[in-house]
Amino acid sequence: MTLSQVVPVELELWPSLRRHTQARIGLGRAGTGLPTHHRLELQAAHAAAKDAVHSPFEPDVVAAALRGEPTVRVRSAAPDRLTYLQRPDLGRRLDPADRAHLPVGEWDVVFVVADGLSSRAVHEHGAAMVRATTALLPTAWQVAPVVLAEQARVALGDDVASAMGAAMVVVFVGERPGMSAADSLGAYLTYRPKPGVTTDADRNCLSNIRPPLGLSYEVAAGKLAGLMGRARELEITGVGLKDESDHMEVSGRLLQVAAGPHQGEGAS
Amino acid sequence: MSTYTSTLGGHSYRFGSLARLLAAASPERSGDRLAGLAASSAQERVAARWALADVPLTAFLAEPVIPYETDDVTRLILDTHDVGAFAAVAGMTVGAFREWLLAADTGELAAVAPGLTPEMVAAVSKLMGNADLVAVARKVRVVTAFRSTIGLPGRLATRLQPNHPTDDPAGVAAALLDGLLLGSGDAVIGINPATDSPKAVRDLLELLDGVIQRYAIPTQSCVLSHVTTSMDLMARGAPVDLVFQSIAGTQAANASFGVTLGLLDEAYEAARGLGRGTVGSNVMYFETGQGSALSADAHHGVDQQTVEARAYAVARRYDPLLVNTVVGFIGPEYLYDGRQILRAALEDHFCGKVLGLPMGLDICYTNHADADDDDIATMLTMLGVAGASFVICTPGGDDIMLNYQSASYHDALYLREVLGLRPAPEFETWLASIGLLGEGGEIRDVSGTAHPLTAIGRELAA
Repeated sequence: MTLSQVVPVELELWPSLRRHTQARIGLGRAGTGLPTHHRLELQAAHAAAKDAVHSPFEPDVVAAALRGEPTVRVRSAAPDRLTYLQRPDLGRRLDPADRAHLPVGEWDVVFVVADGLSSRAVHEHGAAMVRATTALLPTAWQVAPVVLAEQARVALGDDVASAMGAAMVVVFVGERPGMSAADSLGAYLTYRPKPGVTTDADRNCLSNIRPPLGLSYEVAAGKLAGLMGRARELEITGVGLKDESDHMEVSGRLLQVAAGPHQGEGAS
Repeated sequence: MSTYTSTLGGHSYRFGSLARLLAAASPERSGDRLAGLAASSAQERVAARWALADVPLTAFLAEPVIPYETDDVTRLILDTHDVGAFAAVAGMTVGAFREWLLAADTGELAAVAPGLTPEMVAAVSKLMGNADLVAVARKVRVVTAFRSTIGLPGRLATRLQPNHPTDDPAGVAAALLDGLLLGSGDAVIGINPATDSPKAVRDLLELLDGVIQRYAIPTQSCVLSHVTTSMDLMARGAPVDLVFQSIAGTQAANASFGVTLGLLDEAYEAARGLGRGTVGSNVMYFETGQGSALSADAHHGVDQQTVEARAYAVARRYDPLLVNTVVGFIGPEYLYDGRQILRAALEDHFCGKVLGLPMGLDICYTNHADADDDDIATMLTMLGVAGASFVICTPGGDDIMLNYQSASYHDALYLREVLGLRPAPEFETWLASIGLLGEGGEIRDVSGTAHPLTAIGRELAA
């Protein structure tokens, strides 16, 4: 191979390769830097991810989309976003004043819609997932008022379920935003959680709920309702409760891999 | 346990153990605050540093931060301590050791490395400024080899990271082509797979091995799966070049990763037995990062940087080809912003190098940390000056599989250009042979040409 054999003929190669991946390939160069429009595109995607992390949770948006379903609003022990990001322990505990407002009952399930790391994901997909999942549950189930939780991580659901006497909790939470997906919702199912004792190994999770690019509401709700039925039967969630479907396994692992090599916990 | 005291600004400060003293002397970081170990004021932090400066290095041998009886990493550190190599600094305090490191030459640093423990190195780093960490690390040379040689003076290698969220072979190959055309991949072509299933991992290994063989690329591949998956695949004849594992600085944190020293011993022997290297026989690839022990609730009250340095004692046992600190990966509860991530990157690189490891970095952040691409550029430049062996590179700096931001192939080209760094020698020769190296040693832009490598792309696009 000599340099003279390199002839310019394949300008159209990159667009055809982009069919196979969302990775930012074939960006071209200006010296060693990026072309200006690619640099600005990257900054725009980063800005969307940052804004998703820092934009405030608006419970009214979710409550309106729930169209009259009863809701309760709570906050975690993290007083503001800055504290929330640095103190995951506070994001896992209810503000003591709010705990007293939670309705106690013989609930089969309580749905918690938690801002996590992306309010945008929760505003866009939270209510739809609650409605889609509820619609698939047996009518005999006692479904608690939907809890809308601010500055909340996944384990806040443990505190909520235990305070309300709910048999299981489903937490819909905004996932850590990537630059290609700032609006991804996760769902975590836990049976009889005990605050401070229950671990992530005791939960089942579905990630990347984000139609049309990620998991659809119908598919996600179907899997979730199926898992809830089995959880009630076996009185267990987590590593002991397996879903048969392939996608569940892949997304569960995806989340695990996304969290490793350091077992970071994203929104949990 | 000893107590340590110091007086500053009219206040007396008391630290109940060596571990407490080390934690209080650490620069401000969110992880130590989360763990309840951070100094409670700026003055207490400096008071701790004054006290730490007077601690003799021998104290770290006498008072392990995690007991010998309960932790196999502590046993590894103390049982393999090289007293002969330690002699050169055995009479020093931490403060004197800092000055010795700043004045030492490359040969002296190499000779003392086996005599140093992670705690000594972590301690001295707490007395150093960022510039100190760069100045000392720059003098250290750790050279390793498999099919390419990593760590030579004036060289910077890169990991080409063609991840894909569903391990789609076409998507991986497209990203692989992108990286190769930008001159990346001499440290390793490494994929974080979406699943740890042996079948999926084997498919990716064969894909990478096929490309490496087809183009006779002097590099190595790695699919970053659990060590047990690699062992299983090696036993079944899969083309495993390097064995990967995430490791941490305590027995309990390693257990949370599903590994023991015994398991790593077995994997190391198995990989060496394959004899797949051509210019060297370093077969292990380890990843580490501050915060993992705290995240696993396995830190034993030791600050996150000291625990991180202890992971390097684990790595050192296996003569790795590459050790990579994934510095900003976990999130702002451990390293809050660009300033904390930069400091941690310099500390990790310094500690690893001084202990004798081929240190590279994944200079990265998550989108919920207070950092951006300017922080990447700053870190990259400082780590380039500090002589990092390699850096991780992703397409456009955006990893679509792990959802975090890292350095890009462009960033590596920038660093090589501004600092006059070159790729690994074998890889550089290959780049020239395939028409990717310009006369001045720069990577030629062959986009829009029928370069032979683009056969990969043409086949995919067809």
